[in-house]
Amino acid sequence: MSQDRVRRRRFIKTAFPVLLTLSLLLLPLFNDSSYVLSTLVFIGIYSIVTISLCLLMGYAGQISLGHAAFYGMGAYGSAILTVKFGLNPWLALLAAAAFTALVAWAIGIPTLKLKEHYLALATLGFGVIVYIIFTQETAWTGGPSGLSGIPYLSLGQLTFNNDLSYYYLVWAAVLFTIYLSSNIVNSRIGRALRAIHGSETAAEAMGVNTAAYKLQIFVLSAIFASIAGSLYSHYITMINPSPFGFRMSIEFVLMAVVGGIASIWGPLVGVSVVIFLTQLLRDLIPLLLPNAGGEMELVAFGLILSVIMIFMPEGLFRGLMDRWDNPVRYRKAKAPLPSSLWEEDES
Amino acid sequence: MTLLEVRSLSKSFGGVVAVAGVSFSIQQGQICALIGPNGAGKTTMFNVITGIYQPDSGQVYFEDRLISGFKPHQIAGLGITRTFQNLQIFENMTVRENVMLGRHVLTKTGLFSAALGLPASRRENRACRRLAGDFLAQVGLADRADEPSANLPFGQQRLLEIARAMALEPKLLLLDEPAAGLPGGETRELEQVILRLRDQGTSILLVEHDMETVMNLADNIVVMDFGYKIAEGGPAKIQKDPQVLKAYLGEEDSDA
Repeated sequence: MSQDRVRRRRFIKTAFPVLLTLSLLLLPLFNDSSYVLSTLVFIGIYSIVTISLCLLMGYAGQISLGHAAFYGMGAYGSAILTVKFGLNPWLALLAAAAFTALVAWAIGIPTLKLKEHYLALATLGFGVIVYIIFTQETAWTGGPSGLSGIPYLSLGQLTFNNDLSYYYLVWAAVLFTIYLSSNIVNSRIGRALRAIHGSETAAEAMGVNTAAYKLQIFVLSAIFASIAGSLYSHYITMINPSPFGFRMSIEFVLMAVVGGIASIWGPLVGVSVVIFLTQLLRDLIPLLLPNAGGEMELVAFGLILSVIMIFMPEGLFRGLMDRWDNPVRYRKAKAPLPSSLWEEDES
Repeated sequence: MTLLEVRSLSKSFGGVVAVAGVSFSIQQGQICALIGPNGAGKTTMFNVITGIYQPDSGQVYFEDRLISGFKPHQIAGLGITRTFQNLQIFENMTVRENVMLGRHVLTKTGLFSAALGLPASRRENRACRRLAGDFLAQVGLADRADEPSANLPFGQQRLLEIARAMALEPKLLLLDEPAAGLPGGETRELEQVILRLRDQGTSILLVEHDMETVMNLADNIVVMDFGYKIAEGGPAKIQKDPQVLKAYLGEEDSDA
């Protein structure tokens, strides 16, 4: 590997997190409109779920089409425990995460024995069942109209009851999630997960207990999603089942794939692109085609995503990084580089 | 001392008998070769020893302990690992990380200490990284350590698979056709690597079609044909065994 490339990689590995943190800190100084901040809060919340999905899909190679269920269990757990039982919101967040972990563990034992399409279907089915519980268990969840009056999170004197404070809270959580996840990816555990993705037979032959690690990462992934759901509840302060259905599960997978599933930074890109693109098309299409209805936005959205996937099947983040890292190789071969080239520590 | 003992082992798939009542043993510090024509049951034998298949009858003992019924990762934990005939490199990792993965059973970091980046886990990771470099140097791949493993040419991928298995510091290493597809020069290098491993105390079970390699390396040879063991002994004896010549080396040609 040339010195030039080593230097470039080292630069980006230190510069990227620092620049991101700085720009997140400073951004509200330039624009603190409620619209921008709340969009960024949502990008943050979705990013946590999408990172958790990337750990599961991109590293361990196990698909989940039911992640909105874990996200919803966090949201409803927090809502029910605070509204109906008056529990402290932080305790509710932890209790909801613990409960979600337990459910993920119980679901994971049988379903993670399945592979690929079958696993996708099983998790999809799980998501549908949880959604039905949200809408039908009226006594607990308030049914289709949901629950309201969810209290704000607070720390001492500081109550997170406005967009600015919540923006900082959520992004602190996102950066912490990234920190934990990139530690995992570069560790013994991360290698075991990638080995499972590469070849389960070979991983087992090297002593990796594939069933145990798949279950561990599934449970961890569910915990992250649940915490993101709790953060959603305490931000919006009222919930109903609609953001926790099948559509949302698919949207999480979409965000993960667009950003690049085998990457910890990719989700930030994927989530932002999907959200901004949706907004942009909503504004742009009526200007270009005055008579077009909402369906034209969907068509354009689909087209753009297809183009991204055709030219960068490894996702936007990795796709752009790899080309920048080694443009020559990219003109010759299209095999994606191992994700770890970007993320391993060179200690 | 007997390291591994296979006792009257049988395995069939549907109506096809892949291994039929085969017994043999591997002595500590020995290179044992398992040979036979295609379909003789060699790879099935590998898969039973490493726990991928369960035997229909018969047992496998490792250090006098019954290991049939164990899961593959448990068997690896006891110090038995393998390479694959159709390479099983982790292409989503760098060369070095493939070897680091080989240290899995010898390292301890769990999910939580990894996630929090605790000092113990970082220390272990650094040590593992260094050791991986040493193992790569032993097979001559040190200078390619940080490349994507998919970039290596075929022969070097074979060496990488061996380095990965070496990293587990196995007591018994099963090599499934390590010389297949290698040009002659690389095969000689491979033989040196295997002999060094044996000298360092690793016992080896070798499946190989290249007779020259088998005769150069093996202390003991087990010959299988259609699932049955038809002969066993040192290279000199096997080369003269009439049944082996008939089944495997060809009836007319005895100097292959």
